[in-house]
Amino acid sequence: MTIMSMWEYANPKRFMGWTGHVLPWAFGGAAVCLTVGLIWGFFFTPDEMRQGSTVKIIYLHVPAALMAINAWIMMLVASLIWLVRRHHVSALAAKAAAPVGVTMTLIALATGAIWGQPMWGTYWAWDPRLTSFMILFLFYLGYMALWAAIDDPDMAADLTSVLCMVGSVFALMSRYAVNFWNQGLHQGASLSLDKEKNVADVFYQPLLFAIAGFVLLFFALVLLRTRTEIRTRRLRALIRREGQ
Amino acid sequence: MIALLHRDLLLATRAGGGFGLGLVFFLIVVVLVPFGVGPETAILSRIAPGILWVAALLAALLSLDRIFALDHEDGSLSLLATAPIPLEAVAVIKAAAHWLTTGVPLAIAAPVLGVLLHLDPSAFGFVVVTLLLGTPALSVIGTFGAALTVGIRRGGLLLSLIVLPLYVPTLIFGAEAVRRGVDGQDTATPLLMLGGITAGAVALLPFATAAVLRMNLR
Repeated sequence: MTIMSMWEYANPKRFMGWTGHVLPWAFGGAAVCLTVGLIWGFFFTPDEMRQGSTVKIIYLHVPAALMAINAWIMMLVASLIWLVRRHHVSALAAKAAAPVGVTMTLIALATGAIWGQPMWGTYWAWDPRLTSFMILFLFYLGYMALWAAIDDPDMAADLTSVLCMVGSVFALMSRYAVNFWNQGLHQGASLSLDKEKNVADVFYQPLLFAIAGFVLLFFALVLLRTRTEIRTRRLRALIRREGQ
Repeated sequence: MIALLHRDLLLATRAGGGFGLGLVFFLIVVVLVPFGVGPETAILSRIAPGILWVAALLAALLSLDRIFALDHEDGSLSLLATAPIPLEAVAVIKAAAHWLTTGVPLAIAAPVLGVLLHLDPSAFGFVVVTLLLGTPALSVIGTFGAALTVGIRRGGLLLSLIVLPLYVPTLIFGAEAVRRGVDGQDTATPLLMLGGITAGAVALLPFATAAVLRMNLR
């Protein structure tokens, strides 16, 4: 019996194999968690004293914001793996994650605006958190535009990986620079592992389901998109071979 | 290395090099702003530091795609890559040439244009200092962006989409230092942060620029 390295799973053929089995479960799990979390959260939790029913947007806003940042971190890790080990699947996964991440960023910005109008009296404020999310959104757009602009897939993977790394440093710097620039309206973190008291338990439990649902949904979408990218790559290779 | 710097400076200042265009662009943006926001002195002097910084940033952006594109077209970039000096040094020199031909003139011209915007007299010094301190970062970051998009035809728009978000921290600390200076508050923190960004960018980004250039030339 041979011991398999984890990198074996990144071989495109093996990747297509195991993701084919995992994908339905990931989508199913996402559907179950989101259904439970959202229905529980929307219909079976009390209204909050001051915010009324608007508090329930937390079940979309917090998980989307969480995934918007984690998607970028996942892209950073995948880019590093591409630069170091040159696994094509890794580069394609980073490419696949960007549109999902940008959608999460948009969901977070949009739900925040919808909640902000009744609560803060404005859709948008130049608050540090809001501003850094807008900057993150711009970084996503630049990254995707660079992928779209380069024909050669390997060079595109190289250049976008470097951009992702440099962009991460600057995104982080912007995150703290805007803190300095303006004091915020936004409340502190809703969930932290190191805090004794987070959001009240009634809201907390369905929120965990919603977060699990978003994580699984992100995972499933990235796998699906990566599979599509691999198939596109194979199709291109086939067409090139037949064309000769 | 000196020869390369000399060559780039010459190319930039001779006809068609675009030297001066950046300055004129700077002037035009500053002249256009009062048309947009109205001629009230109070408003203009309040927003003047920000306008000067944003305009300087856009003017610096304007000449970025020249840094590598022409050299890439006529093949001298490949020559530079095989030259005895490391590509990292080429990246530094290209950024330095860009800074000398855009950043320094912009910093010197800024107080003159500040008069047009009724900039508070106490802010003149701060505008010059922050621009001198911050524009090297703009040049180095821009050089990285230019290297990233050098192989792309009509990459100018893409270049600005990639580079402008990277300019955010520099802009925040630069404009904040001037604003605090005008209000008589302590400016040490934003100035230190601005200097830190510039120092960090100058020290680290040329490596990324050189790596990206190698990828593009492969």
